[in-house]
Amino acid sequence: MNNTKHFNVTIRVWRQEGPEEPGRMMAYKVNDVSPDMSFLEMLDLLNEDLIKKGAKPVTVESDCREGICGACGLVVNGDVHGPDEHSTVCQLHMRRFKDGDVITVEPWRVKSFPLLKDLAVDRSALDRIMAAGGYISVNTGAAPDANSVPVNKDDAEEAMDSAACIGCGACVAACPNGAAMLFTGAKLSQFALLPQGRPERQRRVLGMLEAMDKEAFGNCSNEYECEAVCPKEVKISNIARLNREFLLANLFGKAEPSAVSGHLLSTPDVPEDE
Amino acid sequence: MNLNANIPSGPIEKKWDSHKFNLKLVNPNNRRKYDILVVGSGLAGASAAASLGELGYNVKVFTLHDSPRRAHSIAAQGGINAAKNYPNDGDSVWRLFHDTVKGGDYRAREANVYRLAQISNQIIDHCAALGVPFAREYGGLLSNRSFGGAQLSRTFYARGQTGQQLLLGAYSAMMRQAAAGTVEIMNRREMVDLVVKNGQARGIVARNLVTGELESHAGHAVLLCTGGYANVFYLSTNAASCNVSAAWAAYKRGAGFANPCFTQIHPTCIPRSGDHQSKLTLMSESLRNDGRVWVPKTKGDKRPANQIPEEERDYFLERRYPAFGNLVPRDIASRAAKMVVDESKGVGPTGQSVYLDFRDSIKRKGVEKISGEYGNLFDMYYQITDEDGYKTPMRIYPAPHYTMGGLWVDYNLMTTIPGLFALGEANFSDHGANRLGASALMQGLADGFFIAPSTVGGYLGAAKFETVTTGDPEFGAAARTVQERMNRILSIKGKKTPSELHRQLGNVMWNDCGMARNEALLKRALKKIPEIREEFWSDVIVPGADKDFNQTLEKAMKTADFLEFAQLFVKDALERRESCGGHFREESCTAEGEARRDDAGFSHASVWAYAGEGKEAVLHKEPLTFEHIKTAERSYK
Repeated sequence: MNNTKHFNVTIRVWRQEGPEEPGRMMAYKVNDVSPDMSFLEMLDLLNEDLIKKGAKPVTVESDCREGICGACGLVVNGDVHGPDEHSTVCQLHMRRFKDGDVITVEPWRVKSFPLLKDLAVDRSALDRIMAAGGYISVNTGAAPDANSVPVNKDDAEEAMDSAACIGCGACVAACPNGAAMLFTGAKLSQFALLPQGRPERQRRVLGMLEAMDKEAFGNCSNEYECEAVCPKEVKISNIARLNREFLLANLFGKAEPSAVSGHLLSTPDVPEDE
Repeated sequence: MNLNANIPSGPIEKKWDSHKFNLKLVNPNNRRKYDILVVGSGLAGASAAASLGELGYNVKVFTLHDSPRRAHSIAAQGGINAAKNYPNDGDSVWRLFHDTVKGGDYRAREANVYRLAQISNQIIDHCAALGVPFAREYGGLLSNRSFGGAQLSRTFYARGQTGQQLLLGAYSAMMRQAAAGTVEIMNRREMVDLVVKNGQARGIVARNLVTGELESHAGHAVLLCTGGYANVFYLSTNAASCNVSAAWAAYKRGAGFANPCFTQIHPTCIPRSGDHQSKLTLMSESLRNDGRVWVPKTKGDKRPANQIPEEERDYFLERRYPAFGNLVPRDIASRAAKMVVDESKGVGPTGQSVYLDFRDSIKRKGVEKISGEYGNLFDMYYQITDEDGYKTPMRIYPAPHYTMGGLWVDYNLMTTIPGLFALGEANFSDHGANRLGASALMQGLADGFFIAPSTVGGYLGAAKFETVTTGDPEFGAAARTVQERMNRILSIKGKKTPSELHRQLGNVMWNDCGMARNEALLKRALKKIPEIREEFWSDVIVPGADKDFNQTLEKAMKTADFLEFAQLFVKDALERRESCGGHFREESCTAEGEARRDDAGFSHASVWAYAGEGKEAVLHKEPLTFEHIKTAERSYK
């Protein structure tokens, strides 16, 4: 709130009409930027200007603009979700920039997230991973009293750490292999840590990993980029737990040994627990 | 307009059970023959789709998002109420029922609210079973906290992300049904019209937001779970895509719209910083458990907060409402803040805010305890304002947050159009003129998980259906109307963007129909709104084409609907010449400035019927009777 002086920036932004069209970077001047504006409000300013000129505005997705819906996601000056640590791009504010800055804005570049238009990509592959096991199979109306199943407080807290994932896909966008293992590992961890999730843990991990491979996500090779960019600080130990769940499922699962392979090539060397 | 609420007879405690017994059932083998269209994938939509899918119905879910998990329920922070009485502080179904009716300022239907309180406990059970990581005590049992409008702790929570965790729970249950083949997820589809045939809701027309194609979908029942319309104010705590369009389309097809003027203005939002502002960010009401709200006693006191000595601070909520203090309901806290700001005691660069101060609770509990409970909110506040709430008081100001009004529904959650149901915030039923904190999540999930699965089945089992296909002329006619509207918008090529026009509307609504309303202001708004509408239809500019991923066109269509709807909103506010809950008419208040209800004149739901384009909406009334709760002046003193 202290600096109220307005300034001008140049935005270099990826423009692409459709999935099959060629794309290119285009530069636009954005004037009269307030330091209190969010980054997306600055893009609003650019788009309002383009609309008034009868030009097509930049297609860019966002919704809640408070960092929880996961709809936004941009690469700003090469940083997934921008320069602020552990933040969504909608929470990035223009006080981070200064007059005359040239800011590069690109979409998530991930094979499994086909580009739709300009900065908008299709992340429905993550929904399909969820449909392959990211749930606890309990029908409405069948549950016992909530306090009949005590949950260790530390486990509940750790499950919440994992459950905080907003499904934005930043972890995939930051990974050199385009892996969705942090996303998948977070959901597997949440349920593995809770007694409610344990009965079908083997089915769950096999199903979700199979879906992950089917959607052509890559594998983890210990780059730690996912953890570095996650706006909700989901930890890489979730990938360790994914591997552990996978191993246990293959060793002790009643299901056929999974055709999924390659996930155990590398395991992040972080402490694991049960 | 038939406003029979179909409230079952018998004692209030037994109504829901006996009603479920009396509802027709659909044989499990026949359920897959029924197609149910669920519009919206928030708490109400996702939970309804999951439950109906589990029962074996053939469900399609439409979401305008790229993923159903993004619906705005995700942003609810504080918690979800239930009458579990785990803390042993005297809670009961009856007390939750009582608090909700009183909190709504006696403008909700008793039977519906009682059922909501009854179901509240099952919701917690089910969500815990779905793996929602609720906060726990060291003994492993669930933890509770208190919330505005209640003198006990009945709120279950998952840090400051309760809405997210509950939505992901409902979403995961729905995705399980997607895998099972009972639920089909239609991403990036926006409902643009409702199709009614032979008096029944039989389908929708949706726009594919990527290709721009209009798609027809036929079904035996349509469930609108499309949320609220607080974005009519342009600036609100709602997500950018929240809108009234689906409900408005239903209204124009014959569904009654109830109490449109009942809006909740939430007291703990981050104040606006300038004209660029695209939304206002809410901070959970739970902050009022430990934060104290105050302003300087002296007008125009510009000293930094920490330099204002204790005796020169006015803790105005504690002063005016000693019994509830900082935990008075939202409408009361918001109005009190407006009152001190109007007296020029507001703080911050704009003078449009009040302090929310954690100094005393940090002293009492330690900074670690406070950051453990509210850390994410302090972080969020810092990111947006660049100010550290641990060191200086936060600044807050009220903002539009939730709309209690919505499509009129009966006890079955069915609108005045047979086969069209409205769930969650989209309906009007349970919160009267003011919603208590942590009750929206409860209602969305009660409607979706537990009520609709019975009542939609009851409708399907009892109704007669002709064969309807998307080739029927009603679908073509609806699609043509939408197409013509889009063509018209695209052809204007004027000078104003849809956002500019929306902001203009928002200013009128906030200034003339916001926290305090009076006849002169409302009449002024009724003149200004048509002028903006006129401006829209003669001067809007929308580049690009309809058969394209065109976000400006989406925005324009939503704005066009808001411009029509706003008129009804203000008309309703003008017609209701009493103060109740979030609806404060300056003409109707006590000597102390508190809201004065007029039970003799206005103990009813105002239900508006569409009369055709250019014609005045027609008012119908559903009288409200209170047999179990004695109406009284709502006092939190």
